[in-house]
Amino acid sequence: MLGRGHFFKWYMGIFLVFLYAPAILLPVFAFNDSSVVSFPLKGFTTKWFAVLQTTDSLHVAVRNSLMIAVTTAIFSTLFGVLAARASTRFSFPGRRSIMGFIMLPMVLPEIIIGVSLLVVIIQIGFELSLWSIILGHILICTPFCIAILSSAFMNLDQSLEEASFDLGQTRWNTFWLVILPLVMPGIVASLLIAFTISLDEFIIAFFLAGTEPTLPVYIWGQLRFPQKLPSLMALGTILLVLSISLLLIADYFRRRGVRKTGIENSGGFL
Amino acid sequence: MPLLLVVALSFWTQDYLTLHRTFSLQSYKTAWTEPMYQYLMGRSLKISMMVTAMTVLLAYPVAYFISFYVAPKRKAMWIFLITIPFWTSYLMRIFLWKVILGYNGVVNGSLMGLGLIEEPLSFILYNQNAVVLTLAHSWVPFAILPIFVALERVDRSLMEAAEDLGDSKIRRFFRVTLPLSMPGVIAATIIVFIPTIGDYVTPRLVGGPNGLMIANMIELQFKKANNAPLGAALAISAMAIVTCVALIFIWMNKKYIRGTK
Repeated sequence: MLGRGHFFKWYMGIFLVFLYAPAILLPVFAFNDSSVVSFPLKGFTTKWFAVLQTTDSLHVAVRNSLMIAVTTAIFSTLFGVLAARASTRFSFPGRRSIMGFIMLPMVLPEIIIGVSLLVVIIQIGFELSLWSIILGHILICTPFCIAILSSAFMNLDQSLEEASFDLGQTRWNTFWLVILPLVMPGIVASLLIAFTISLDEFIIAFFLAGTEPTLPVYIWGQLRFPQKLPSLMALGTILLVLSISLLLIADYFRRRGVRKTGIENSGGFL
Repeated sequence: MPLLLVVALSFWTQDYLTLHRTFSLQSYKTAWTEPMYQYLMGRSLKISMMVTAMTVLLAYPVAYFISFYVAPKRKAMWIFLITIPFWTSYLMRIFLWKVILGYNGVVNGSLMGLGLIEEPLSFILYNQNAVVLTLAHSWVPFAILPIFVALERVDRSLMEAAEDLGDSKIRRFFRVTLPLSMPGVIAATIIVFIPTIGDYVTPRLVGGPNGLMIANMIELQFKKANNAPLGAALAISAMAIVTCVALIFIWMNKKYIRGTK
């Protein structure tokens, strides 16, 4: 037994190094005082972060991305709430297949979604704009939102709802006063996850971006220029810190939600 | 109803398919008969299969470790630890593999610093191996989760029973644990296999000329070559092939599981 335990410890150690290698190197190069992204390191600097502050096209891309991410988060969470509510509370014919259909974008290659939306949008005759990217992002974020929200709705005790009806509340009031507060942590987690996914999504944005780039599209454009790389590393570091903190916040809310409904916490996301 | 709208949206992305098929079967013919596309499709399939095999092989011991060796209270933390890298910027992650594997990269730099090699190794970047490695890195959390869930469901008393009946650890693993966790392995395979065939960024950044995959061709057809129907035909064909392979895989697995019972 001891021998096998040792094998797993070694394996996990190597695996974690493999898994975290890019995430660790990113900040290392961001603070490296050299315009070439390679070893050996030359010394500590924060000048690459300063470069970011003065790049206007970057600021435009960030604004676009934030706009898209916020809109996507709100809409996909809204759809997620409705779908999760419908699928956990009511059973209707074809429920499983409809849910499966909605979940499909989760496993479909993003390039297929990007290409399909491009064709649809051109067929309808719309111009490519930030809205077309939002549409694509809602499509890929909604399954994640449904997954998170379904578990929030599933943990909901139905007798609370019935109690509210018995006490003379309307359907609408029950939703506002009883259900919503209980699933609120799930909603917050879903908003944050959708926001994070949308902020980082590249392929769909790459296909559907007209003249206005999002942040990942901007980064993609800059990767071609070697002299821009160190400042990109700095940008990546900021994004890394940002998404990890968003995730920790999302996880905190998810845990709180689990505790509220009085069920033992088991497992993480997904 | 917004729910219906979502359903409609997911219908849309597929509806255009029939739309195009009625307009031109020609592009399908090109996509299926032109040697270049056949070759590219074959390579993409090969790379996807290699990625899937590598990812599942990498993921299984990790899931096994978390499920059997980690204290129940700390399992959630471990899962979280494994999913964090997935949430970091996708482009940056792939680009950093380029830095790690490159000519002056981290691997070459450290190996030369240790005096193990004289010349930088050039066979690790800009080829299919680099694509496989980078893709496996991106997808391994997705493989760990379903396998972990399946392993958690394995009834521990069955394993004790196997041991009591005199099975060695290795025999027990192959006859009890592995077949029982097979649903997780299948789920992991599908979750990894289907999306990797359509990956665009990884082959573009680390693949070099010999590592390009079908998605790069699809993009080319849509943007530069201005032949959207061909691009669409390629995309649909790729999806169809992948789905078929996945179905065959599931079918074979069902037979395997039945065989062990």
